[in-house]
Amino acid sequence: MPAAESYPDDLRYHPEHDWARVDGDEATLGVTWFAQDSLGELVHYEAPEAGMTVSKDESYGEVESVKAVSDIIAPLSGEVLAVNDKVVAEPETVNDDPYGEGWLIRIRMSDPSELDVLLDAETYRAHVAEQ
Amino acid sequence: MLLRTPLYARHVELGARMVPFAGYEMPVQYGGVIPEHKAVRTDAGAFDVSHMGEIHVDGPTGQAFLQSVLSNDIERLADGEAQYTLLTNDSGGIVDDLIAYRLAHGQFYLVVNASNRAAVYGWLKEREPRGCEVRDASDEYGLVAVQGPRALERLDLPDAPAFTHAMGALDGVEVMVARTGYTGEQGVELCCAEADTEALWDAIVERGVTPCGLGARDTLRLEVCYPLHGYDITPETDAIAAGLGWACALDTEFAGVATLRRIKEEGPARKLVPFVMEERAVPRQGMPIEGGGEVTSGTHSPMLDVGIGMGYVPAASARPESELVIDVRGKPRRARIVKKPIYRKET
Repeated sequence: MPAAESYPDDLRYHPEHDWARVDGDEATLGVTWFAQDSLGELVHYEAPEAGMTVSKDESYGEVESVKAVSDIIAPLSGEVLAVNDKVVAEPETVNDDPYGEGWLIRIRMSDPSELDVLLDAETYRAHVAEQ
Repeated sequence: MLLRTPLYARHVELGARMVPFAGYEMPVQYGGVIPEHKAVRTDAGAFDVSHMGEIHVDGPTGQAFLQSVLSNDIERLADGEAQYTLLTNDSGGIVDDLIAYRLAHGQFYLVVNASNRAAVYGWLKEREPRGCEVRDASDEYGLVAVQGPRALERLDLPDAPAFTHAMGALDGVEVMVARTGYTGEQGVELCCAEADTEALWDAIVERGVTPCGLGARDTLRLEVCYPLHGYDITPETDAIAAGLGWACALDTEFAGVATLRRIKEEGPARKLVPFVMEERAVPRQGMPIEGGGEVTSGTHSPMLDVGIGMGYVPAASARPESELVIDVRGKPRRARIVKKPIYRKET
């Protein structure tokens, strides 16, 4: 079952429709409800590998639906600690639970000050409303 | 300014995601491409195809005229029959692929791709001989395809041979019932007066048929290797390379036939082949195939749950089971050529 639209208050957001959940110097990253709804049911997740570095505002992978492919933009820079293999095997997990089981990667942040420019939920909701 | 079919309001009410297609605002999906696709493979789905072009060719010289411009042998059609055929240019390229219906002696009805409607009408009108009239009736009709193993049961229609048609009625709406489609499933395409289209659609949906968008239409046709004009076949590609020689009566005279006879004799330089990805990746139109080739259609198969597609490759490497390497945004990904269709129902 596709999830209902939501943008949790405890996350930070990138305007390219990506989210980050910060825990100490680590962060879990994923795509927002809006992103998965725009794409439709996901059928492929081209994931990075653990140990790679990702850079803020740059693509670290791709998600594809039947209709379209989309780059996944890193909201923060850092080293990839883990990739969600469940999403690699069952990409539709992102549609079902974009902020929970549908997370994409976990990173160790290299520059926590980047958090300052990410959007809070309220600002991101306003950004989505303009799309 | 995008055009709208008579069912535009219905699509919006049903929550469809609307996209521009061939100059029309069309539903790409309602609930989702995958569930809609599976509804057609297991039950029945309805598609608004009112954007397609309908052209009448009427008069005593109509049959001879169509025989001279279309690739298939139209003289083989009896009243109530239809055939898949190609409108070819002088070099054997494909201006459009279409279905020609013989309504009666000297009365033909052509259903053409929406994106080629103006080109086909212009092509025919320019060459129209004395003794027949070419008329674009696209705006006078609504067209709804109902496809799937339970389509006939849902509509209370008897079985009939493929590529036949007859007048009939569905819940009080007068329709032409054509045994044609673009999904590889049993089903019909129903043509009605433009003003009756909403009533026809409502009757179909009330009978439990799932509304389906252009997204599912594309994945369904690609699973069974039906070519899409503008992608797999174009004015620059020929019927022999595309594997459509069966729709060309090379013993008749039509535009480009000499070229097609020569290509058939010598063998085409490249061939359109269906393939299945061996690695997790989704092929897309325009991706290069290693060794000189290109993907012309690609998607994710909802039934097989793998990437599938079609593309042109050199004829020497076009045998089924041959391996292909496709450049998926810079990454080499393995695929395997298969026999048509890519998806076949287990029997």
